Amino acid sequence: MQFAETVAEIARGIAVGDTSAEETARECLERIERADPRVCAFVSVDGDLALSRARKIDAARAAGETLGLLGGVPIGIKDNICTRDGHTTCGSKMLGSFTAKYNARVVDLLEAAGAVIIGKTNLDEFAMGSSTEHSISGCTRNPWDATRVAGGSSGGSAAAVAAGMVPAALGSDTGGSVRQPASFCGVVGLKPSYGRVSRYGLVAFGSSLDQIGPIANDVRDVAMLLAIIAGHDPHDSTSVVAPVPDYVTALDQPVRGLRIGVSSEYFGEGLDSTVADAVQAAVAELEGQGAQTVPIELPHMKYAIACYYIIAPAEASSNLARFDGVHYGRRAADPDDILDLYESSRSQGFGTEVKRRIMLGTYALSTGYYDEYYLKALKVRTLIKQDFDRAFDQVDVIVSPVAPTTAFRIGEKIDDPLTMYLSDIYTISANLAGICAISLPCGFDPNGLPIGLQLMGPAFGEQRLLQVAHQYKLQSDFRARIPPTPQAGA
Amino acid sequence: MSQSIAEATVRHVAHLARLTLTDDEVEQFTSQLAEILAYVRKLSELDTDDVPPTSHALSIKNVFRDDMIEPSRPPGETLHGAPDSQDGFFRVPKVLDQEVI
Repeated sequence: MQFAETVAEIARGIAVGDTSAEETARECLERIERADPRVCAFVSVDGDLALSRARKIDAARAAGETLGLLGGVPIGIKDNICTRDGHTTCGSKMLGSFTAKYNARVVDLLEAAGAVIIGKTNLDEFAMGSSTEHSISGCTRNPWDATRVAGGSSGGSAAAVAAGMVPAALGSDTGGSVRQPASFCGVVGLKPSYGRVSRYGLVAFGSSLDQIGPIANDVRDVAMLLAIIAGHDPHDSTSVVAPVPDYVTALDQPVRGLRIGVSSEYFGEGLDSTVADAVQAAVAELEGQGAQTVPIELPHMKYAIACYYIIAPAEASSNLARFDGVHYGRRAADPDDILDLYESSRSQGFGTEVKRRIMLGTYALSTGYYDEYYLKALKVRTLIKQDFDRAFDQVDVIVSPVAPTTAFRIGEKIDDPLTMYLSDIYTISANLAGICAISLPCGFDPNGLPIGLQLMGPAFGEQRLLQVAHQYKLQSDFRARIPPTPQAGA
Repeated sequence: MSQSIAEATVRHVAHLARLTLTDDEVEQFTSQLAEILAYVRKLSELDTDDVPPTSHALSIKNVFRDDMIEPSRPPGETLHGAPDSQDGFFRVPKVLDQEVI
């Protein structure tokens, strides 16, 4: 069921006339119709709109125009990224009928490159979660095993790519929400450095942590998509004015002589031994290609989860204050007064996990606790960032697992928030430090579930990060394995 | 398990966050927040007296643009997501002559 072709191959096929954008979109819609009743990767799909956009691409080509890099390539967009057409629900009852009046910057950039937006993908409500179980649109299932989660919060995007419904999708990553689902679903997912990609039009969760990132089957596709969505945007003051390098050309450089950092902090207690073995084998593969392994220390890594679960909920509680039943979103019927309007609208509109994080964040920011929790976490964040600064003085990339286990069972952690939070252990420090990190497949466990390898690079070091990922993947044959084809009625 | 956070505190925080919680939610959040707070308190092991806080991973300080007048979005567009509006304004229940806090 996997798209046999990569983004680059599809674009080339359309550009040379082997196929048309309309035919490609039609195939994509058929695949969604076939597979999505089981996977539940999409929140909404507008087939007619996608086909009419595809026909415009075909008309442009027929008129002799040169198509963009993504001319006619179907792409899924996580449903917390605003699109002018259709709804942007964030998986929340609060925004169940919300429509945006503008496209997120990344959506404009993709469309300018010729991409055909096929639909919006499922997520944990407001991107808060690690399993895509917390969504009004239902739970996304892992294409490799429908009894297991796809990961989260960009579970819909990762599952849609893994199940061959689209060749690529965008997700967002606040603490691992692109990388962990990519790992669970056996695809490639990148969290760019903070400031690399405009967040304009991304519904804010943790503003100092959020980044939009691409998910695809291939490192080259991820590099190509990053080159398109990266860059400064006057509408996002945290997007950095820095040149966008040619990520794709850099991929072909060998890794010989590069220094790969390995920290024992990433291989400690709680890590499944199958995952550890697969990651160690990946390190050995890179060594075999001539990279040099360097032991590094990240002494504050063990504080990352505690630090993150103060900072992220604090920022979320502030960001989600805008959902007040007045400006947009759900409004409670017949409020007694303005206070009741706020409280009833919010209590009816938000799900349990979102309320839990708002509560946690409000507590951490409240008088008497601010210094003990929030300020303390900001200081520990400095220590975590300094650990990475020191490490990247010695190495080019750092290697680790993406998650301590492969995809867990649906329902397994939903009643135990702290256990769910702990599953983010290897991914969240990259968000705290603002560095870039990528997840790519490095093996399978005995149940046939994909294992993810994480590579981390310094801020704005995507070029080398993608290069190492690509060189590793060239030599690993994991892409040859594809999820089982969904059976009708299964 | 020792409760490090009282139900009354949970109700107070809910009010600050403009959330109305059911009794079940209060009970659930009291024990879950206690557990999460007990976990995050491991940060107190670290001496951070001389460590500056990081609120942002970038070194960007202030970002200014030229002070040029640009067209605003039309009021109709700003209000398009409003659940209730009238005459180009957001419509809310009466707020005067009322104790809000």
